[in-house]
Amino acid sequence: MPREDFIAVDHFSFFYGAKQALFDIHMDIPERQVTALIGPSGCGKSTLLRNMNRMNDLIDGVRHAGDIRLNGSSLYDPKIEVISLRKRVGMVFQKYNPFAKTIYENVVFSLRVAGRNGRRELDEVVERSLRSAALWEEVKDRLHESAFGLSGGQQQRLCIARAIANQPEILLMDEPCAALDPTATLKIESLIRDLKEQFTIVIVTHNMEQATRCSDRTAFLYMGRLIEYGSTRQIFETPRQEETEAYISGRFS
Amino acid sequence: MDSKPTSFATTGRSRKGEPFVWLTAAGLTMGVVLTLGLLGLVVTKGIQTFWPDRIQVFEIDTGAGTEKVAGYVVQERERRDPQGVDHEEIQIFRGNRELFGEKFAFFDRASIRSQEIPEDILLVERMEGGHVIARAGKILRADGTEVPANDPGFATSLDELIEKTDTKREELRRIEKIEIGRNAREVKELRSLERFEGSTPETQARLATLNEEFLKLDAERNLVRQALAGDVLLLDAVDGREIRIEAGELLHIFRPNQAGVIGRTGEMLRRVWHFLASDPREANTEGGVYPAIFGTVVMTLVMSLFVTPFGVVAAIYLREYAKQGPLVRAVRISVNNLAGVPSIVFGVFGLAFFIYFLGGVVDSWFFPRSEEPVFKSGGVLWASLTLALLTVPVVIVATEEALAAVPRGVREAALACGASKWQAIQRVVLPASLPGILTGVILAMARGAGEVAPLMLVGVVKSAPDLPIDGEAPFIHAERQFMHLGFHIYDLGFQSPDSEAAKPMVFATTLLLITIVVVMNLAAIIIRNRLRKKYATSSF
Repeated sequence: MPREDFIAVDHFSFFYGAKQALFDIHMDIPERQVTALIGPSGCGKSTLLRNMNRMNDLIDGVRHAGDIRLNGSSLYDPKIEVISLRKRVGMVFQKYNPFAKTIYENVVFSLRVAGRNGRRELDEVVERSLRSAALWEEVKDRLHESAFGLSGGQQQRLCIARAIANQPEILLMDEPCAALDPTATLKIESLIRDLKEQFTIVIVTHNMEQATRCSDRTAFLYMGRLIEYGSTRQIFETPRQEETEAYISGRFS
Repeated sequence: MDSKPTSFATTGRSRKGEPFVWLTAAGLTMGVVLTLGLLGLVVTKGIQTFWPDRIQVFEIDTGAGTEKVAGYVVQERERRDPQGVDHEEIQIFRGNRELFGEKFAFFDRASIRSQEIPEDILLVERMEGGHVIARAGKILRADGTEVPANDPGFATSLDELIEKTDTKREELRRIEKIEIGRNAREVKELRSLERFEGSTPETQARLATLNEEFLKLDAERNLVRQALAGDVLLLDAVDGREIRIEAGELLHIFRPNQAGVIGRTGEMLRRVWHFLASDPREANTEGGVYPAIFGTVVMTLVMSLFVTPFGVVAAIYLREYAKQGPLVRAVRISVNNLAGVPSIVFGVFGLAFFIYFLGGVVDSWFFPRSEEPVFKSGGVLWASLTLALLTVPVVIVATEEALAAVPRGVREAALACGASKWQAIQRVVLPASLPGILTGVILAMARGAGEVAPLMLVGVVKSAPDLPIDGEAPFIHAERQFMHLGFHIYDLGFQSPDSEAAKPMVFATTLLLITIVVVMNLAAIIIRNRLRKKYATSSF
């Protein structure tokens, strides 16, 4: 039975120095579904996403209040190691960012840093991950060539393959199609729909059609607050809040 | 309706920036012209050194009669004498130091009665005394026979003589340098052992054997010397005087006025090879610069070996780990300023810290029995370390910039894959910044290879026949003093007894130094481009 509160954001606030970016966000993200975070630029959706694997720790002078729990355990428990957390939470970024390595080495990176170097295992992981990312057929003959030889859409799918190689539970996607053309975007979207069989996906997007096309739930954030959260259909068809309606109908952005 | 066509300003007013474009272009042109001029000067002068000129024989009016002088023209100049009369003078290289004392002489153009290029003039290179320019006289053999120059077999006999000399000299060198040298070293070690631990029957027996061996070698040496002695080449200078050269002194004979273009080109190549591959002679003014090439290259490579890891590690800490604040800023400014410290200061530091302190420590730990300092004196190791310190700011700055140019997204991606910070740096950030780091190393090598001042304090010497790497165990002699092309140039130009004679060598050596720096840089650039292709990134 999938958990309804697989990721539990519990009255979470977040500050960059003196500036508060998130105000008391409270929401439960269900297991093996796609949850979209939408909202105008600067509303805090990326900040929320980047807190789910504590990527914001890299920035100096940040602090938080409240908690985020992953499958019942707190991310901010001082006892947990950030590295082990990030192994359970994969992430795909706005701008595709493969490493200056071969396609093969890009995919197995998370295994290598975990000290897993068995040739057989790595080969299996590469094939499985690239197949999951719908890239296998296109690159199987040039696995040992530089990743920079791929097209933009292919590079982004390679980044997805890299993010899922180590079998995380959650996949965070920060505007994964922002730098891609429409064809590549459609490919990634259908990939997202396939991937939710295995992973709990949280996606930040600016594109409302994209949210309707591939998410099950949608959260609308505005000025660092969670305005409305519900099934994607409900949010887009019968929004309860005035700001939500204004945003989805394009009256402000 | 009347509409006025849009008018554009045509000339003048809108082009106010134009003079500044010209100004900047002029600045660049100046730089390019100066660089090309410098390179052109060095290249032409350097190549001229090796090109065999025709030897002319001048008949000169000395006032009391005429005198014949043979040689080639080195330069022309104008001189005003005390009466205010201008004279056009030519400088002639006439060699034959034993006759004239000076290898060069100036003559007034007006005093030249005639000049000719006779075919039978020889240019003779010998071990000591510089070149001889004269006509062949005869060969006096040790067995009493002689071969006069007009004998049809003279040329062959001369070639045979030189060949024989070459083999014998090589044999002599082997005996003296390798066999007797080895013997002497072992004797020294045994003596030092006896001094510290007392004499034992074994050491005495070994010393006796060594002494016997030495006597045998000495006899062998004398035999070869005798074989070298005896044969004599007599030459007739153009003024009628006779020059006597022992066959053992003969190096090479060339007939510049008979040789065609091919012959002269061959002679030039021979001279170039001789210059590159042989040891210096006669206080460095003759012979080659092989030990200096070797020393320069070894020192530069060892320096890069030290400076690269040191600089890269320091830069990684500065850029990736250190908390950016006033302290780090101060450190960074200091590092940048380190690059501007006069290099001689580094030499003094190297002398005080590396040689006196570190070298002293090393000697007292590992060579307590040695009479002479081993590491407590200048050597290639200390020189390389000193230069590594001198060039480390270059590597740090370049590495920091290369690290900063790695996109943030790439680091975040590595961390998001579960990499620790160090893993992200080591596996992703460093490979991506490798080309930039190599650029820094290339700059450091270029800087280090051309540095002279600090080296004079920490191990470079005028003459060091023993190379820092050779076939004698333990093969790498990090403590040895060495020769360096940069210092060689200084030594030739300003420290040699006959600076006029050394001038061509100065240019040739300069050309060589530039060539070596360029070659080492090119090699590094090729490696960098390979890496770049391998990790074709958008940055750099």
